[in-house]
Amino acid sequence: MTLPEAGGLLLATIARLITGAQGHWYGAPPKAEQRIYFANHQSHFDWVLIWAALPRDLRAITRPIAARDYWTSSKLKHWITREIFNAVYVSRQRTDDEDPLEPLMEALRHGDSLVIFPEGTRGNKGDPAAFKAGLYHLAEAFPDVQLIPAWIDNVQRVMPKGEVVPVPILCSVTFGAPLTLQPAEDKRAFLERARQAVIALRSVRT
Amino acid sequence: MGALRNLSVSQQIGLLFVALFGVLVIVTAIAFSRTLRDRTDEQLLAHEQFKRDLRAIWIGAVLFWVAWIAGGIVSTLLFGVVSFLALREFVTLTHTVRGDHRSLLLAFFAVLPLQYVIVATEHFDVFTVFIPVYVFLAIPVISALGNDPKRFLERTAKIQWGIMVCVYGMSHAPALLLLDLPDYRDRGAFLVLYLVLVVAVAQIAQESATRRLRRRPAARAISRSFSWRAWGLGVLAAGFVGTALYWATPFKPIPALVAALVAGGSGTLGEFVMKGIKRDAGVRSWGGKASVTGAVGLLDRVAPLCFAAPVFFHSVRWYFGL
Repeated sequence: MTLPEAGGLLLATIARLITGAQGHWYGAPPKAEQRIYFANHQSHFDWVLIWAALPRDLRAITRPIAARDYWTSSKLKHWITREIFNAVYVSRQRTDDEDPLEPLMEALRHGDSLVIFPEGTRGNKGDPAAFKAGLYHLAEAFPDVQLIPAWIDNVQRVMPKGEVVPVPILCSVTFGAPLTLQPAEDKRAFLERARQAVIALRSVRT
Repeated sequence: MGALRNLSVSQQIGLLFVALFGVLVIVTAIAFSRTLRDRTDEQLLAHEQFKRDLRAIWIGAVLFWVAWIAGGIVSTLLFGVVSFLALREFVTLTHTVRGDHRSLLLAFFAVLPLQYVIVATEHFDVFTVFIPVYVFLAIPVISALGNDPKRFLERTAKIQWGIMVCVYGMSHAPALLLLDLPDYRDRGAFLVLYLVLVVAVAQIAQESATRRLRRRPAARAISRSFSWRAWGLGVLAAGFVGTALYWATPFKPIPALVAALVAGGSGTLGEFVMKGIKRDAGVRSWGGKASVTGAVGLLDRVAPLCFAAPVFFHSVRWYFGL
């Protein structure tokens, strides 16, 4: 086992110890198909939680998006995001000649799966904010990639804004049925439908 | 039975090993042979439930045995881990807010490990007062510093309760290992096993009695199943098993019966109390289907032990004048 693998296993174990990181799959089984998971965003912990909730063989092919300026600012941060998570780096400053989605498209062309938080920023307890257009553009460019909505529950209690040490509280990630872009579907309509699909998972109980 | 008492420690351990795992193997074999028959959906559901419980008992028995072989420190550590998982479940289903964050950190990362360190180092005078006296003050102080007066008493009380049940109560089980009883050196693990078995028997007997008797519940809004007669039968079953096992304990038959009645009775009453808490939190069980968070239901299984252990521990200490 290599060091990044061991580090990943350790991180996933810690995440499971603290949050349980239970994944519930409704509508799509956890399979190694190419997917874009999109979820509500409440905490810095969200990505680790989704990642730990995935089965181990899916973790290796599922990548997060990381802000380049922050996550490459120190050696450790860079190492964790590059070696353990295999993150896709994007720059937050927008330049005219560069499409901000290009690194994501590149990863999708490689056949990797992605986890994105289409709200763009961390929200607080209520409903998720309106989704940014990126999800739509990815869906348009890659019609064969499954779009899986996910609802992350309880994580804001684990680490409220401004705290650094997480409290052990059980969290769950509910994965829903895949969404597809309808032919000639309006951008706003699609984004709203995607947002509703995420919200709907909040009340899924079986 | 008297002859069993005169066996050496290792012979008794061997005997218990054969008995415990023998029964488990037989039950598992019967359960498996039953799956070969055709059955209705309802039966299948009940069978699934039974299989889940059986698996939990297997895991518990194996872990227990490993801990026993490895000695007192490892068992204490094991109970500490169970305590942690139980407290995690308890806190998940009580609504805590931002202002509680620091108190929760204190509970999980300071109080819990300290309590088990105190147990492992055999500081019995500190062990019984650490949480009720010192932590009782520390938690609300930290909570008050969180600067949120909304439902303050309720929130603090919930954290205190979580600590009392999941940490304080649970820690009395490994503490039994370290009690220095007359003519009972190195046999503390028998006493823990005795306690666990007796409480489990009370629980199972009460449950099956409830199903057969269908008595009027004692408090319908809290629990639809708890009735005094079923409870009494559960306690009696615990007493019966406890007396049959007296040779493994430091007790004579009659005190063994009384100890089993006390442990079984307090365990099942504790379970009844937990039902009230669950109703308050709006769930039917800590794990399983109604749970938002996918708790594994560990608390359901260990709660009776958490209530029975302190009562049993102090009864034993009092009886032997320690």
